Amino acid sequence: MASIWEYANPRKFMATTDRVLPWISVAAVLALVVGLVWGFFFTPDDYKQGSTVKIIYLHVPAALMAINAWLMMLVASLIWIVRRHHVSALAARAAAPVGATMTLIALATGAIWGQPMWGTWWAWDPRLTSFLILFLFYLGYMALWAAIENDDTAADLTSVLCLVGSVFALLSRYAVNFWNQGLHQGASLSLDKEENVADVFYYPLLVAIAGFVLLFVTLVLLRTRTEIRARRMRALIARERMA
Amino acid sequence: MRALLLRDLRLAVRAGGGFGLGLAFFLIVVVLVPFGVGPETALLTRIAPGILWLGALLACLLSLDRILALDWEDGSLDLIATAPLPLEAAVSVKALAHWLTTGLPLVAAAPVLGLLLNLPGPGYLWLVLSLAIGTPALSVIGTFGAALTVGLKRGGLLMSLLVLPLYVPTLIFGAEVARRGAEGMDPVTPLLMLGGLTCGTIALLPFASAAVLRVNLR
Repeated sequence: MASIWEYANPRKFMATTDRVLPWISVAAVLALVVGLVWGFFFTPDDYKQGSTVKIIYLHVPAALMAINAWLMMLVASLIWIVRRHHVSALAARAAAPVGATMTLIALATGAIWGQPMWGTWWAWDPRLTSFLILFLFYLGYMALWAAIENDDTAADLTSVLCLVGSVFALLSRYAVNFWNQGLHQGASLSLDKEENVADVFYYPLLVAIAGFVLLFVTLVLLRTRTEIRARRMRALIARERMA
Repeated sequence: MRALLLRDLRLAVRAGGGFGLGLAFFLIVVVLVPFGVGPETALLTRIAPGILWLGALLACLLSLDRILALDWEDGSLDLIATAPLPLEAAVSVKALAHWLTTGLPLVAAAPVLGLLLNLPGPGYLWLVLSLAIGTPALSVIGTFGAALTVGLKRGGLLMSLLVLPLYVPTLIFGAEVARRGAEGMDPVTPLLMLGGLTCGTIALLPFASAAVLRVNLR
């Protein structure tokens, strides 16, 4: 019976992703183009916010992926710690820069929207602050990966850092709530609420989110494949030196 | 355990002056602040609790690489790791020694430095209390950071990058206690949060520190 653990074998992983990757990347481009074009050109302006509301199609999906990328790294780190599959550790490593970029996109688009709407580029609002802290966690995680030469040691240490960091990121999230009142609006989307944003904005937003998810999957798979190839190359070079 | 604690304390007090270094750094940070923001007493009164907490935190950070790096260099860390004492306990003792030599003096010095920053009268008790409860968490979290970076040649800067985000919740609750105390509001809620945070980190983080230390000693 096929199980997900088969993909812990780098050969199997490479073979499958080789077949799947073109489809996912095409789907990502399609969803992004459709979602963004639909969102930017074929939705009405908001009666209060004017056309600035359209930044939602970049801001919300990026913010969503910024958190989910860290969650994915957490799961991959746990798999590495428990089952020691190298592909998992490499996937966690591959996801970090993508997640950091998503965090940066969310912060930047938020600032660009906040300037005309709130009258300020930056406010020490709980949501904004916790995203900044999340960004710092990404930076620390990547710096630790880069600083350690031995691959397995680096994977072990970063996994533990990811676990501890997750706990502290959550703690910070609630500590920051306690520390300052918010300016940011509540969640625009949720699964259990009857009312979300109005349907005209909602459907293109869903497409844009799908596009960002697919984009994330594409980039992570691509970067993981690059890492596996780089590691094979290093192994080959080392073997040649030995011979 | 007691032998290890005494050894660490003696080393901190006698060798290299690490004992007074954190304190001196704390003093200098507090002295530099009025130069940066101007000497108006009203402003200093307002920012005093935050500055004192920030100074204590930075002084703590400065002395973190002494927890494990020296023992790593001369090889005594390997001996500690192979001793019958579980590594989790050894790491906890190291954190305790760090707190006794850095955190506790900071707590004692804080009221004097509060005087320099014109901290209002009711603030002293809460400042000391919040630092006394919060600094153990700083030491334990810092030991985790030190254990992560112990094998690296230039780990100091990286350690700051790793440890400072982890300090955020402690700083928020601690400074909130001191600020509310100074402004005459009720500081019990953040104080309880701070206490919970400290207990939680003391209970759980030594396991993570020992785990990464084992990886580094492999």
